Amino acid sequence: MSRCLTERAIDHVVLERGEVANSWKTERWDSLRLLTPNWLSRLPGYRYKGDDPDGYRTMPETVAFLQWYAQRISAPVRTHTTVTRVRRTEAGYTVATDQGEWRTRALVLASGACNIASVPGFAGAVPPGIAVLTPMQYRNPGQLEQGGVLVVGASATGVQLADEIQRSGREVTLAVGEHIRMPRRYRGRDILWWMDSVGVQDQGYQEVDDLNRARNVPSLQLAGYADCRDVDLNALTALGVKLVGRLAGIRDGVAQFSGSLANVAALSDLKMNRLLGVVDDWAARNELVGEPSGSVQPPHRFERTRVPAAPPLSLDLERYGIRSVIWATGFRPDYSWLDVPVIDRKGRIRHDGGVVDSPGLYLMGIQFLRRRKSALIDGAGDDARELSAHLASYLEGGEVHFARARSAAADSLATLGF
Amino acid sequence: MSTETEKQVQNGVNVDALLGARDALSKAPEAAKFNWKASCKWLNGTHSQTSIQGFYGLGQQQSHKTEFTFDTDHPEIFASEDKGATPVEMVLAGLAGCLTAGVASIAQLRKIQLRSVKATLEGSMDIQGILGIDSDVRNGFNDIKVNFEIDADASKEDLEALVAQSQKRSAVYDVITNPTNVSVSTTKKSLN
Repeated sequence: MSRCLTERAIDHVVLERGEVANSWKTERWDSLRLLTPNWLSRLPGYRYKGDDPDGYRTMPETVAFLQWYAQRISAPVRTHTTVTRVRRTEAGYTVATDQGEWRTRALVLASGACNIASVPGFAGAVPPGIAVLTPMQYRNPGQLEQGGVLVVGASATGVQLADEIQRSGREVTLAVGEHIRMPRRYRGRDILWWMDSVGVQDQGYQEVDDLNRARNVPSLQLAGYADCRDVDLNALTALGVKLVGRLAGIRDGVAQFSGSLANVAALSDLKMNRLLGVVDDWAARNELVGEPSGSVQPPHRFERTRVPAAPPLSLDLERYGIRSVIWATGFRPDYSWLDVPVIDRKGRIRHDGGVVDSPGLYLMGIQFLRRRKSALIDGAGDDARELSAHLASYLEGGEVHFARARSAAADSLATLGF
Repeated sequence: MSTETEKQVQNGVNVDALLGARDALSKAPEAAKFNWKASCKWLNGTHSQTSIQGFYGLGQQQSHKTEFTFDTDHPEIFASEDKGATPVEMVLAGLAGCLTAGVASIAQLRKIQLRSVKATLEGSMDIQGILGIDSDVRNGFNDIKVNFEIDADASKEDLEALVAQSQKRSAVYDVITNPTNVSVSTTKKSLN
């Protein structure tokens, strides 16, 4: 956004509570790599030109990349400046920080969707002798006592932690609710290469039948490991991870799991196959030559998710030897500093494609803000271009509207289901 | 752009009304709070009769068009008189009715014409639990198996998706697969 504002000669500052790429630097576990290949972190005026386009950046690499980009575009970043309160005034907004107050006519909220680890209401019922961590506190398996680990949640975070903790010799039980299964590679290409090429990632927020659902879809079961290994439930089962249903509650130290594991696995297989069908149709219509990610193999389907015939419905955590519980149950944004009446009853900001329900206020970097890739680094550019145009018109007092472009793949994606 | 003419599908489900209600209730979440009610009268032995008519929803008391009654009892091999289905069979009836209604509604929404839908259910149970013979055996079902046999113009995968989505949206499926707090109180009826 800073780069797009500079292009439009709009005077601005970027307020950052720590250093550039602060949450990548301070709130991620050691082994995490971006889930997107290097070439797929395009930013305005930037394309990857290194020698490992299909690799996945480590966190230090990601931090260095974002710091390099901030420098290259001469982003006017004020580091170590924590916003404490934002209020609406006649003329715009006042932004109180621990380094003084700013007044502005327009404000872009880009503080991220993952500031706080969400835990279920019954999280406090874990017996006191068992360690409890969120992914924000987790760094590596060495932090955990030897013994059993209950990982709650099977989206990107949960499956990655289950994978590395099981490999460390601790026995993992994984509580699985709704999830989106995804192979790392399909027909010889990265699945995100396909999703980008087919147009899935560009699917617009006005093109999905249920936007609310699309904005709440769990993250894909992917990891950015160098060996491109899958972290779906079959891969975890092969490692020895025990699958149980969604954690429904804890009573007297006994965890209770839902009996819906078979159905959530079936739903996920169906969704994955629907996406692979869209990919195959697209591949059949397009000749694929000279692409960077290797040759294309024939269509195939993956083995159905294997679930135990009778997974346990309850587990006495202490008696079963669980020594740690990790809540991989999602994240939510922190808007505690936002004193503008734009938050709905579910704690979300009311907005239309990033144009917040308060003049001059904009939002970026949340799931399906304007398109499926909005929460990815690769999605920031298109969103920023469109929102900065809107912001510029607003500042000029002109008419503000978007061209309602329809993505090329809109029709074939209507029934994707996620 | 759609070149196909709109497919006419009639499963007897008013999807527009359902979608309208979903839209209206997402804006007025208080009205979405329902209370379902039943009252049960003991008749004799293990035979009792449950009556259902009133319920609460959309911010006010509501009523079925007529009162429905359900007899529950146990079969003769339990030394009962078999004047009704067992309560656990009623649970299967609830699950079957809920999932099947879901299949019809979702089929309508997805423009799949159903010709026939037949659900077959089996719940397995070790009655050592309810008889108090072995405290390690639970009272309830060990597992429930449901099979849907569907005749419709759709691929097997579309039908599987239909049935999977029906489970995802089903109230009774949720009641059975997840724990629910149940509080039971007792009142002593005073003599007049």
